[in-house]
Amino acid sequence: MVDVGYCMTVPLSYYITLSAVVFVTGLVGVLIRRNIIIILLSVELMLNATNINFVAFSQHFQNVAGQVFVFFTLTVAAAEVAVGLAIIIALYRSKSSINVDEFRLLKW
Amino acid sequence: MTLPLSDLAAILPELIVMATACLVLALEPITPAKRKEWLAWLSLGALAVCFCLTSAQMGVHATVFSELIVIDPYAGFWKLLLYAVTGLTLLMSLAYLKEERIHQTEYYGFLLLALVGMMVMVSAADLLTIYLGTELMSLSLYILAGFKRADGRSLEASAKYFVLGAFSSGILLYGISLLFGVAGSTRLSAIAAAVSLRSLDDPTLLVAMILLVVGFGFKMAVVPFHMWTPDVYEGSPTSVTAFMAVAAKAASFGAFLRVFLEGLGGLKANWHTLFLALCVTTLVLGNVVAIVQSSVKRMLAYSSIAHAGYALIGVVVAGHASASFEVRSLGLSSVMLYLAIYAFMTLGAFTIVAMLRKSGLEGDHLEDFSGLAKRQPVAAFLMLVFMVSLAGIPPAAGFIGKFYLFMAAVEADLAWLAVVGLLFAAVSAYYYLRVVMVMYMREPQTSADLAPRLAASPVMTVVLACALAGVIVLGLYPTPLVSLAAQAVLALK
Repeated sequence: MVDVGYCMTVPLSYYITLSAVVFVTGLVGVLIRRNIIIILLSVELMLNATNINFVAFSQHFQNVAGQVFVFFTLTVAAAEVAVGLAIIIALYRSKSSINVDEFRLLKW
Repeated sequence: MTLPLSDLAAILPELIVMATACLVLALEPITPAKRKEWLAWLSLGALAVCFCLTSAQMGVHATVFSELIVIDPYAGFWKLLLYAVTGLTLLMSLAYLKEERIHQTEYYGFLLLALVGMMVMVSAADLLTIYLGTELMSLSLYILAGFKRADGRSLEASAKYFVLGAFSSGILLYGISLLFGVAGSTRLSAIAAAVSLRSLDDPTLLVAMILLVVGFGFKMAVVPFHMWTPDVYEGSPTSVTAFMAVAAKAASFGAFLRVFLEGLGGLKANWHTLFLALCVTTLVLGNVVAIVQSSVKRMLAYSSIAHAGYALIGVVVAGHASASFEVRSLGLSSVMLYLAIYAFMTLGAFTIVAMLRKSGLEGDHLEDFSGLAKRQPVAAFLMLVFMVSLAGIPPAAGFIGKFYLFMAAVEADLAWLAVVGLLFAAVSAYYYLRVVMVMYMREPQTSADLAPRLAASPVMTVVLACALAGVIVLGLYPTPLVSLAAQAVLALK
């Protein structure tokens, strides 16, 4: 007797739903949070939602191209965080705040 | 797997610019302060070499690196434009950085890195390479925007650009992942094949398309995705602003046109209406809000938004289903022509703004231009030419650009769109000519410390001469550029 439970895979739609939920969480986070670090984290959530999509589709199509894409996304995300944090540190030194509402020299 | 030598030879220009960028970044700390300008001249030399290489490649049509990169006249057109713009920006920065007392020469390295990103964007045949190119461009520009570290406004511009840029990249990437789910590949050709098999109302495909429109909309600064543009353009160092307004916009348009015509060409019926709406809102908002600006730099930012709206007229024509192939090609080539002409006049206008100094700062307020004609007749006259060209008044080149766009719209039976464009060109004449009026009709500031001075230098003169030559020559004799654009368009399927 084969235990059916072991053969079952999680259906594609579950992954897509998960990634959509994570993506929307990130999207809303960017729009409503005022702390620039939290905004950065929310952007990372959006990127990771994309990674879930790529891996799920890659498994679905039996095509590794999607997983290769994930490696590139991860690398770019790391570079983005490095640049972003550098900018935030420079900003904190000049304004002693990381709240986006405080940045009013230019009309937002 | 080995890399074939012929593939590497095909991307030689990208490799050269990338190597020069790394060299500049590596040499910066060991170059004596007096010799730092040499790094800029080195970068300029690399650009000249690449310009020759890409010109020689213009007839080639090849896909390399298993269809990740395509070398064709379309990519060649954008690359030649990008070299010219980057070269002029480099020259302008030489003088501008000295005025601003910015001594870090990494600046040139980042400028070249941004250029590599743009070159990859315009010659990418896969969404992966498009994404990587976009990110390389954007990351370099975030850093460049904050290069005036002592100035809070520059840092703020950098932070805003970073937050909204990263946000838009996330949206773009999510769209790409959904397209991968539809097509099973990120190759534009595979996506085109998958689109033709699917029904046009497939929800995944539509959501993916809308996300791509939003992502590219941010990069091209199209209303309603333009919020970052005025703030970032105003706060950034002026040389960087000019580079962003011209080169980043051109590269984004280049990548965007290829994605939507080659990859999502089957969805024309769906995106055509979307772009029509974006085009009209961009024209209205960009031009109307520019009227109330008191900073010339900020006014030019809104004007760059408005110009993206004009360029979108050509995109709408290119996606018009009932138009013939010739008319659609005309729409596309007029977008390319327009952005090339826009590059020269905008660079010229920003150069004048960068040269105007008031007590160690930039004099970018409209007041600072008052009476400029009496004190600096040559600079005032040049600004007059650039403003007239931006407004689209003949014989300046801006007129030719608008003429081709409106002609394409009329031939595609979209005469009303041409009329809307014309109406808002008239609105734009108000705020462009207001600068001219202030320069020629108002009395200059009498007290010496209030009156801005003009930071003239040989390199600035060269930049202004090139921009002026571009505006005048292309205005009087546009035929070579028109035929170059028309040839380039044929490379797109």
